[in-house]
Amino acid sequence: MPKIHVSTTVNGDTVEFLCETQETVLDVLRNTLGLTGTKEGCGTGDCGACSVLVDGRLVCGCLMLGVEAEGKEIVTVEGIGSPDRLHPVQQKFLEDAALQCGFCTPGFIVAAKALLDSNPEPTETEIRYWLAGNLCRCTGYDKIVRAVQDAALEMKGQQA
Amino acid sequence: MTYEPKTLKVVGTRPIRHDGADKVTGRANYGADFKLPGMLWGKVLRSPHAHARIRAIDVSKAKALPGVKAVITGGDMPMPDGGVTQAGESAINTQHLAKNLMARDKVLYDGHPVAAVAAISESIAREALDLIEVDYEILPHVIDVEEAMKPDAPLLHDDLFTQNVEPKPEKPSNVAQRIFVGKGDMEKGFSEADIVIERHFTTKPVHQGYIEPQACVANFAEDGQAVVWCSSQGQFLIRDLCVNMLGMEASDLKVIPAEIGGGFGGKTTVYLEPLALVLSHKAGRPVKMTMSRGEVFRSTGPTSGCAIRAKIGALRDGTIVAAEMDLKFQAGAFPGSPVGAAVMFATAPYDIPNLSITGWDVCVNVPKIHAYRAPGAPNGAFAFESVIDELARELNVDPIDLRAKNSVAEGSKAPYGPTHGPLGGLECLSAAKNHPHYKANLGPNQGRGVASGFWINIGGQSAATVVVNRDGTIALVEGCPDIGGTRASLAMMCAEVLGIEAEKVRPSVVDTTAIAFNDVTGGSRVTFATGKAVVEATEDAVRQMRERAAKMWDIEPDSVLWRDGAAHETGGEGRSLTIAQIASKAAKTGGQIMGHASINAAGAGPSLTTHMCDVEVDRETGRVTILRYTTVQDAGKAVHPSYVEGQMQGGAAQGIGWALNEEYIHDEQGRLLNAGFLDYRMPVASDLPMIDAVSGEVPNPNHPFGVRGVGEAPIVPPLAAISNAIYDATGVRMRDLPFSPPRVLAALEEAERAKG
Amino acid sequence: MEYQSPASIDEAVAALAALEGARVMAGGTDLLVQLRSGAPRLGAIVDVKKIAEMCSIEETAEGFSVGAAVCGAQLTGHDAFSRAWPGVAEAAGLIGSTQIQGRASLGGNVCNASPAADTTPALIAARAKAEIVGPGGRRIVEVEKIATGPGKTSLGKGEMVVRFLLPARPARAADAYLRMIPRTEMDIAVAGAGVSLTLDRGGVVADARVGLGAVAPTALVLDQAADILTGTKLEDDVLARLAAAAGAAATPIDDKRGTIDYRRKVVGVLAKRAALIAYQRAGER
Repeated sequence: MPKIHVSTTVNGDTVEFLCETQETVLDVLRNTLGLTGTKEGCGTGDCGACSVLVDGRLVCGCLMLGVEAEGKEIVTVEGIGSPDRLHPVQQKFLEDAALQCGFCTPGFIVAAKALLDSNPEPTETEIRYWLAGNLCRCTGYDKIVRAVQDAALEMKGQQA
Repeated sequence: MTYEPKTLKVVGTRPIRHDGADKVTGRANYGADFKLPGMLWGKVLRSPHAHARIRAIDVSKAKALPGVKAVITGGDMPMPDGGVTQAGESAINTQHLAKNLMARDKVLYDGHPVAAVAAISESIAREALDLIEVDYEILPHVIDVEEAMKPDAPLLHDDLFTQNVEPKPEKPSNVAQRIFVGKGDMEKGFSEADIVIERHFTTKPVHQGYIEPQACVANFAEDGQAVVWCSSQGQFLIRDLCVNMLGMEASDLKVIPAEIGGGFGGKTTVYLEPLALVLSHKAGRPVKMTMSRGEVFRSTGPTSGCAIRAKIGALRDGTIVAAEMDLKFQAGAFPGSPVGAAVMFATAPYDIPNLSITGWDVCVNVPKIHAYRAPGAPNGAFAFESVIDELARELNVDPIDLRAKNSVAEGSKAPYGPTHGPLGGLECLSAAKNHPHYKANLGPNQGRGVASGFWINIGGQSAATVVVNRDGTIALVEGCPDIGGTRASLAMMCAEVLGIEAEKVRPSVVDTTAIAFNDVTGGSRVTFATGKAVVEATEDAVRQMRERAAKMWDIEPDSVLWRDGAAHETGGEGRSLTIAQIASKAAKTGGQIMGHASINAAGAGPSLTTHMCDVEVDRETGRVTILRYTTVQDAGKAVHPSYVEGQMQGGAAQGIGWALNEEYIHDEQGRLLNAGFLDYRMPVASDLPMIDAVSGEVPNPNHPFGVRGVGEAPIVPPLAAISNAIYDATGVRMRDLPFSPPRVLAALEEAERAKG
Repeated sequence: MEYQSPASIDEAVAALAALEGARVMAGGTDLLVQLRSGAPRLGAIVDVKKIAEMCSIEETAEGFSVGAAVCGAQLTGHDAFSRAWPGVAEAAGLIGSTQIQGRASLGGNVCNASPAADTTPALIAARAKAEIVGPGGRRIVEVEKIATGPGKTSLGKGEMVVRFLLPARPARAADAYLRMIPRTEMDIAVAGAGVSLTLDRGGVVADARVGLGAVAPTALVLDQAADILTGTKLEDDVLARLAAAAGAAATPIDDKRGTIDYRRKVVGVLAKRAALIAYQRAGER
């Protein structure tokens, strides 16, 4: 089966790649494009470690085919924040010690950013349910939820 | 080096971790993130049967598939001579490990490797696995521990004879070993008791559940020199196990540690690395192997399911006079469950004069059990802390008061022998009792449970190097993978001794050729033991800098004092020199400055903890909701309090998952039915409340800052705390884990029927 | 494996008919998991997300038309739909995580034919119909007629569901869906119940329909529900009869997610609780 040519946008850059039809966006990001910040924890959409934004919507990279990326805009953890400044979600994860091993962290950062983009003042319950698709085995979620709350406050302050 | 109270400037603060930016931006490289030119993909074929004899394996079609570069089976793997490698809190029998890596004549569990391939792409490797033909003779299997102990049970190993029983058995069995701890006179103890309670408990195998699947890249060169990149809890352990497995010399193999995406004990052994090395050797190219989540569940970890009988005797005034326990633990496919720790620590929060605790290590057809956070202790505490709760209710006393009345304290003798130094059991109980949580009101169908836990913690071998850069900053070189913030805690201790900011120290976890041997990141040992090595190495650097300053001033080193990141002349002109001033002149005063220490740390202080939990039970569906959770734990001294709290919160959350929903579910053929995160139900964010973590501090006398390990103890109490809370809410005692909705509803209905 | 992403329904139907072993993919959240597990090998995937009418929600005089590829987040974010059919919306919103919500479709949930699909009982309660297009043309069937067993549907070769049709709502009508899962999120239903009620001016149930999930090889219509609930105000004894009828109608299995006994009991509890929520919602309109 010949590979399929796909052109797409990743973190603002136009990229082209060839992929086998059964390869997922996660496979393409990690193995073809070298963007290994997006992690594979399960490959079945149950852990959220591969969370990415596709046309602004939060999805699991493992549950989308690479060929479906044609014409889409993808944002990965590498595309969040800027070289001179971490995104408030990233900064608060650091300040609040919201990571231990750090493996689930890229997925949480992407998911939390998506939450705050659509809901700038989430309640604790909204944060917990929004992030229920991101598994963390180290922290018990306490400090993660607090970091998202703190990032929301910080972002509100920046706007005011 | 012992504890001295002092004013601290860095230890006890909350700086941003040194590896933080890499980990929130996706830069940090984990096990699966490496890639080499010419790299092949390796995959493992695994047994679909719980127990079967391998009659034949035909790999010819797989070998013939274009793109396949190597295929191996058990026959391609050497069999080591034997012996045991210490891996933190577990000991690894190398022959068992070899048979676990790749089955030889028999497969012993669903998921047991039988062959492996390396190919030019992942999809070709997968296709090649489908072409391998294995002829199995399916054998009867056994998973339940009590079934496996029966004389007519299916036998896993025909050369396994129970150790430590009299008379010596003449027939092989699945029971590998009996372990016993005891003291006093049981008959006398129970005859004095006014109340005796005896109960039976069971638990299921549960998995560590780290989010990062095992992954590695191996590159074996023609001259016999090899390199492995992998995520593990100890690069030195990986090296030693691989060289033992493959008959190499230690200098032949360099292991480069990747960042580790969680381990909880599960990454203190090898599954893929020796296979990748052999494949790479055969193919002459680097080989990458990663596990799928299904493979992680089917073939790694888990910890033991068990059956426990617990009997307790007490006087009317609450004094516990006797305790007897019988603990049967699944070892998995090969001997070596954590039953020993369960035997030693199940009753360890209490000082009980008459004790008889027996453990049984039993082979069954599940993956070889491996270490999981405080291995064995949660199982034992589930049983014992449950009967303690029953005792408190029977006596109508407060469960915290009952625990305090019987608590261990400095000077009491541990069930496993030694006499305790200072430790924080009573402090934790008192902090729990005075916590607002303990006094908060409860609504209908809500209940509160309390339980305590004990973990011994370990010390062990650690090395550290403190390199003083010419600009006065520091490179801290160490050999323990950072699984939860130890770069930060170690750098902070280094900075504290130097009297500089934590940010001026750059910690690195290095490969096996760049520092002396280090034991694994496990046993809650790194901040304690490697911390001690870091303090010694830093003191070595300080000593050298004092000597250099003395040389620069042409005075005696004894006249130079170290304070706040600088050398100070104690008399004379009162001159001072900063680290940068000393280091920039190092070339002229004797060469570059580097402190080093390599130690075997003893005296890890045990950590005691008390948890409180409020639950609400839905009486119509059996669903248990955790409403509020508080942990109180003696950390000795919290170096970075945020990461200490994080350990307590994370351990509690794992315990909550174990209590409520996590379990291995097998079908009648012994196949694992829930080898994925969908049906192996670990807690998600919306399942949990905030977890209040209160860190008590009774300094460990054997550490310069009073540090005790904190990582493991927090998983010990939750099972019983939640069971006790369910009882408080419903009047129903849950003694079989997990407390999943169907089980809780069945228990509630059973209780209704019993009432009539 | 072949991949096609046609822009029209006709092209999609032609591709489905032409390609050996072809499957329709909308969100792909079930299909890609099956693909990864290796069995059965898929010959081709026909991605229908580029077909505009399969991705849109329309409100008409007859009610709502919801494209089969509409994802959960789209449906729950559609205010008019969520107001009219809160139960169907909450069922769609329960499927998987936020990430899954961005992909998983109504059509996929129904046509994957899992007995535990969350939207099917809610759609059954809503008297939803599915418009099916295939080589033989268009046909419209009740939602409960699509799944015929676990993983099996009544769709013929080359056929696919293109949209769901939900009737217009009268005054004082509302629905609700509840499921039982061991965690709060990320699980497959152990049992589920969808209830749709219409009340008269006095708050008496004038029309009722109940769908049950995960307690039989396919989602069930609880036939007795109308008899039990109509003419009542959901008094305690009525709810007890509803729960008993739901339990009796269930023919569940023992599996890793629950026992026969447990499912029978809990489906009754869920039916009762969902009925109360629907009743309250209807009363507020």
